[in-house]
Amino acid sequence: MPAASTALPPIASLELRRDDAGAVLYISGRLDAPGSAQIWPQARQLVHGEIRVDASAVTYCDGAGLALLYDVIQRGATVEHLPDRYATLLAQLDPTTPLKTAPAVVSPPFLIGLGQRALAAWQQLYQAIAFIGELSAAVALVLRNPRQLRLGETLLHCAKAGADALPIVALVSFLLGVILAFQSAIPMRQFGAELFVANLVGLALVRELAPLITAVLLAGRTGAAFAAEIGTMKVNEEINALVTLGLEPVRFLVLPRVLAVTLMAPLLTVLAEVIGIFGAALVLLTFNIPLMTSAGQVMDTVGFTDYIGGLAKATFFGFGVAAIGCLRGLSTGAGASAVGNSTTRAVVSAIVMLVVTDGLFAVAFFYLGW
Amino acid sequence: MSDANPHPATALPDPASALTPAPREAIRVENVTCAYGRNVVLRDVSLTVQTGEILVILGGSGCGKSTLLKHIIGLETPRSGKVYIDGQNLTDAQGAARRNILAGFGVAYQSGALFGSMTVLQNVMLPLQEYTPLDAPARELVARLKLRQVDLEQYADYLPSELSGGMQKRAAIARALALDPGILFLDEPSAGLDPITSGELDALIIRLSRVLGLTFVVVTHELASIYAIADRAIMLDKSVKGILAQGKPADLRDHATDPRVTRFFNRGAV
Ligand SMILES: Nc1ncnc2c1ncn2[C@@H]1O[C@H](COP(=O)(O)OP(=O)(O)OP(=O)(O)O)[C@@H](O)[C@H]1O
Ligand SMILES: [Mg+2]
Repeated sequence: MPAASTALPPIASLELRRDDAGAVLYISGRLDAPGSAQIWPQARQLVHGEIRVDASAVTYCDGAGLALLYDVIQRGATVEHLPDRYATLLAQLDPTTPLKTAPAVVSPPFLIGLGQRALAAWQQLYQAIAFIGELSAAVALVLRNPRQLRLGETLLHCAKAGADALPIVALVSFLLGVILAFQSAIPMRQFGAELFVANLVGLALVRELAPLITAVLLAGRTGAAFAAEIGTMKVNEEINALVTLGLEPVRFLVLPRVLAVTLMAPLLTVLAEVIGIFGAALVLLTFNIPLMTSAGQVMDTVGFTDYIGGLAKATFFGFGVAAIGCLRGLSTGAGASAVGNSTTRAVVSAIVMLVVTDGLFAVAFFYLGW
Repeated sequence: MSDANPHPATALPDPASALTPAPREAIRVENVTCAYGRNVVLRDVSLTVQTGEILVILGGSGCGKSTLLKHIIGLETPRSGKVYIDGQNLTDAQGAARRNILAGFGVAYQSGALFGSMTVLQNVMLPLQEYTPLDAPARELVARLKLRQVDLEQYADYLPSELSGGMQKRAAIARALALDPGILFLDEPSAGLDPITSGELDALIIRLSRVLGLTFVVVTHELASIYAIADRAIMLDKSVKGILAQGKPADLRDHATDPRVTRFFNRGAV
């Protein structure tokens, strides 16, 4: 054994010596992870092509050391005199066989990539259409045979999406009413028109803001929860279990949720309208306009069609948010990160849907003269 | 352990280990009571595992094997009692001291518990990256060879969700082995594996224990596996909420007086 390498107090060391038969690389010491890390870079430099490696002075050799020896063998070295017990471990690793790795995935050329993305987009659209179809079929089934509806589950989701959301909806709509009233009252006062702030806020809330803000809150609170819940069930093969039990996930899971949110959205919207207008009236009180006067102004301006139009929108928004949450959940891929992706996409697509359909509603109401 | 006791299939704590002087204790469990809320699963369990020993924990489904394991590795805090790993008190350790103790062992969970957002290779490389000074190519090679040991070489770049159940299990074992930690806890490593793969895994466990002196605590029901690897077996039981019997598997099979033990080793016959 070479009495070499006194320089460092190393865990392991390497030394290149020449004898009559040529160069020999002596490895000694503890080949655990720290020891191997010390000599590995040097070993890479010294070993390329055939060389003899004397490992008789190796005192310990675990997975890291074996990987080091494997590496030098793959680089052309022959390892000799490795203590028997470690030699059995090394032999078991089959050190002369190179690693089999899967060929690297090459990204496809531009046109093919474009095609693949178009195909994926089409499949998503197809999925969404099929989902709406299945949902309609489930609704038809329940209409013909109401006992097919899981009533308990539906009520549970009503409580979760509706009752439990009361505080947050109240808080946000109150804030909205206060801000709107305050920000518009200051410029209006220059014209002595503070009184009409009530008209402005009332109309804005009832026609647009209350349905919209309720729907955004539902998307963040409930749509996301649906996507995460159903997505996790998908990952855990619970959806597969439902299917093989003969229970269609759409009737079993989706319908109660969609129904619950569709019913709850207009109710929450009414709450948001009332609280928002109340917030605005409080602000106007500080401008010396009594509560009853503000209320009267609102009653005069906001017509029945405004009110019904707002609620119709809210109902549609609620349906859309819940359906998107469930659809995203059902199309979850595999793994925990897929659930996260589905949840994110549920919220984002719900909000995009809100913006687009709100625009469509505006156009429709315009032509209806509402 | 030793054959000194002709009827080792009795009870607490292994008398032989108290007499043998030298070998160090890898794990010492002192009067540990395991409970979830008001549901006491195990009461007053004591056991020791010597360095380099392969201990098998067995017992019927739901008797608390995984629970005991979780309490030993510090995932759950014992209702009472202490756990020592390599002489250090894990139960009361905090912060850096605790992390140090945790780095000294590897665990393969019953359900695999691979990180879903990483490839199999990255899963195995993670502990190497956190705890060793190896550079990136070296880490990768170590990890790929661990995967070769469990016959998953070609699947290194797959995501866990793209593997079969048994393959995930093997990948989890490779991750637990990544650091060649002094102590390894395997919860039903061979469940879901075919007999050949399961046999290879047993051989790997024995080699690592004999050559590198690693200590193993293995939960398993496979009789073949128990006979092949166990230096000592501990049988837990629901009705006694603790250790029913312990000893060499062959002794338990042949000399146990308790019918529950005999039934287990004779596959429910008798
Ligand atoms: N997280 C938990 N919360 C409450 N009770 C639990 C929890 N995990 C397990 N239990 C209970 O503890 C008991 C033992 O469970 P454990 O998982 O330890 O069984 P096991 O012996 O590993 O069974 P198996 O062989 O089926 O894996 C069971 O009665 C179970 O109900
Ligand atoms: Mg278990």
